[in-house]
Amino acid sequence: MEHIPILKMGEYLLVSIQVDMHDQLAITLQNDLAEKIAKTGAKGVLIDISALDIVDSFIGRMLGNIASISKVLGAETVLVGMQPAVAITLVELGLSLKGMHTALNVEKGMQLLSRLTGKDQDYTSRKQ
Amino acid sequence: MADAIGKNYQKIISEKQDIIRDEWLKRLKVALEYQKDILTEKELNKNLDGFMTLFLKTIRSEEKDLLSGKEWKELKEHLSQIIQKWASQGFSIRETLSFLLTFERVLFERIREELGKEERENLDEFTGLEELLTELEEFVAEQHVKNREEIIARQQREILELSTPVVTLWKGILAVPLIGTLDSARTQTVMETLLQKIVETGSEIAIIDITGVPAVDTQVAQHIIKTIDAARLMGADCIISGIRPQIAQTMVALGVTFDVVTKATLADAFSIALKRLGFEIKEDRREEK
Repeated sequence: MEHIPILKMGEYLLVSIQVDMHDQLAITLQNDLAEKIAKTGAKGVLIDISALDIVDSFIGRMLGNIASISKVLGAETVLVGMQPAVAITLVELGLSLKGMHTALNVEKGMQLLSRLTGKDQDYTSRKQ
Repeated sequence: MADAIGKNYQKIISEKQDIIRDEWLKRLKVALEYQKDILTEKELNKNLDGFMTLFLKTIRSEEKDLLSGKEWKELKEHLSQIIQKWASQGFSIRETLSFLLTFERVLFERIREELGKEERENLDEFTGLEELLTELEEFVAEQHVKNREEIIARQQREILELSTPVVTLWKGILAVPLIGTLDSARTQTVMETLLQKIVETGSEIAIIDITGVPAVDTQVAQHIIKTIDAARLMGADCIISGIRPQIAQTMVALGVTFDVVTKATLADAFSIALKRLGFEIKEDRREEK
């Protein structure tokens, strides 16, 4: 079965969606991510969707769900790199994903995550 | 449907074509209040000669119905090119029509002069010629309006593009000065240009200035909210500025709210934006003394 890789970087989980999202893949991602957050006790999740250029209402809703699930499990979610066309589509669908954190790119997303989880120092300089 | 033109008419027009043409040119210039810089003499002559040649061809045509012949088509094609040029130069419909009306007047005067008294009273042959010219005049009027409408449509598109600039105020701060009424089409353009610019410049803050928006009703507000939401989804924050007192009052009366920071002036919004990016604005007091 197809999976989207979830990378662990310190206290954060990194998900980069590089393929076309279809419904089953989104459900799998949601399950995998929930498992992984619970297992690792991650403080934050960063989802990079800069390579995603088509969304429908289902994928939009799944992204919202993932954020809510992470929140319940104690992790903040930041969505980064959304394409203009995707943003317009989501807004026109009435899915403005209120309550979800967003950032322009991975770098800014990481800074935002550090701020959200109360760690001001750069994530890369953290000693394990 | 226009019947064939009588032989003696054809003869008169062919023989006197030079006289007709010169007289026509003279009167047309008067009718147009002719100015060299708008239309050159050479071009006007070319237009007239082309028309004259094709007109003669048309009336000599062997077709039963003149309006179905290929000569007629050529004549209309030639005329169409002339008036398209004229429309783009801003000629009015009266001026455009005068091209044919002066021709008609000169033509009929010439024919009257050349015909004998009895012939003059024979109107049958005359009708065909008149029908042909009326048909041409209707065509010109229609084409002229069509040309002008095309120009209007093109200008509308240009206005749409011109009226939605996105400017960079500072590294990381964009401003969108909205001017004019916001409808769905314009909102779409504004949204697309803004989001594109956010991607290009990597800006985190966009200031939407609505000083130039004459009225904010629920629909306009909805359009602005959509733009804000889309920008937020991409990771950029919006600030609304330029809300005039009356507009603030109508917004409250209508129950419209934006869930972002709103400011009265662009200057206030800009200073907030700078603060968020970690810049500080300081007055240089050394100059004061």
